Amino acid sequence: MYSEEIKTVTDSLNAASSSQSESGTGWIMHHIMDSNTLDFEPFFSIQLPHLNLFGFDISITKHIVFMWIAFALLVLIFNIVAKSYKKSLLPKGLTNIMEVLVLFVRDEIAKPTIGKGYEKFLPYLLTVFFFILFCNFLGLIPYGSTATSNISVTATLAIISFIVIQAGGMMKNGAFRYFKGLIPGGVPGWLLPIMFVVEILGLFTKPFALAVRLFANMTAGHIVIMALLGLIFILQTFFVAPVSVAFALFIYLLEILVALIQAYIFTMLSSLFIGMAVHQDH
Amino acid sequence: MEFAYLAAGFGAGLTIFGGALGIGKLAAAAMEASGRQPEAAGDIRTSMIIAAALIEGISLFALVVCILLALK
Repeated sequence: MYSEEIKTVTDSLNAASSSQSESGTGWIMHHIMDSNTLDFEPFFSIQLPHLNLFGFDISITKHIVFMWIAFALLVLIFNIVAKSYKKSLLPKGLTNIMEVLVLFVRDEIAKPTIGKGYEKFLPYLLTVFFFILFCNFLGLIPYGSTATSNISVTATLAIISFIVIQAGGMMKNGAFRYFKGLIPGGVPGWLLPIMFVVEILGLFTKPFALAVRLFANMTAGHIVIMALLGLIFILQTFFVAPVSVAFALFIYLLEILVALIQAYIFTMLSSLFIGMAVHQDH
Repeated sequence: MEFAYLAAGFGAGLTIFGGALGIGKLAAAAMEASGRQPEAAGDIRTSMIIAAALIEGISLFALVVCILLALK
């Protein structure tokens, strides 16, 4: 469904990185895009393996390694948190922090938007919130790379959200009544064909917007930081360094805020669409 | 004729103009509402952040199109 868009975006990013290497700014695109090596720049580089399955390129790339690191961190942290609830219901330390976030997702995101029956969707919403949060934060540490700045990753998250929304709506309302309920009541008869087409298109554009919003926010922040720091190399003078680093620091702090907000927005919009699909009479 | 770069530049500028206008009006309304009823300031702040992120999402759509133009 999204394969042409993904191919267009990755093709033009590839073209950019190859065209910019002559002018000396190829490293900007190289730091943002996926690559087959893990670079710890002045020290060493780890070359990641190329794997090929039936003609599909499933080589392990930088973004995949960081997704696995996020997955390992999530499993580790939440195992600790879950086990600590067996000892006492009063949270301390790490459990306290995680409890604040989990209760935030439950009380501010799931309950107001889904209403009754929100418990069934809470595991998915919590997973998506913490996965996006950890991936975004891992991209901000030095030598880290943001897995969610890859359109394939965000498109996959959006497709999974799409499946959860449709499955949730169809299981609650029955498949045929769900499609009938897409069209709001009190619509004159001659408008029905157009309304139906518009609503079906709306079903697909909403997850697409989710994917592009997350991808663009993550990529744009990194491009701005790299461009500001690259100003030092383009102008080839040390005197622009304090200004450049100060601006880059400000954008970096903004990036931390954007990482949190984008995880929250993705989860909030997913839960809003789930609520609209499950309780169609709103 | 290398008009792609020019188009990308104009596109990015226009997008930022529209997005900044929208978020500016949003922030103005939020400030006024917080001033009228300080107890609701927390709720208003949350809604303001949500709306700002959505508006920024739209402007980033246009930015992605501009980047695609400049890179082709």
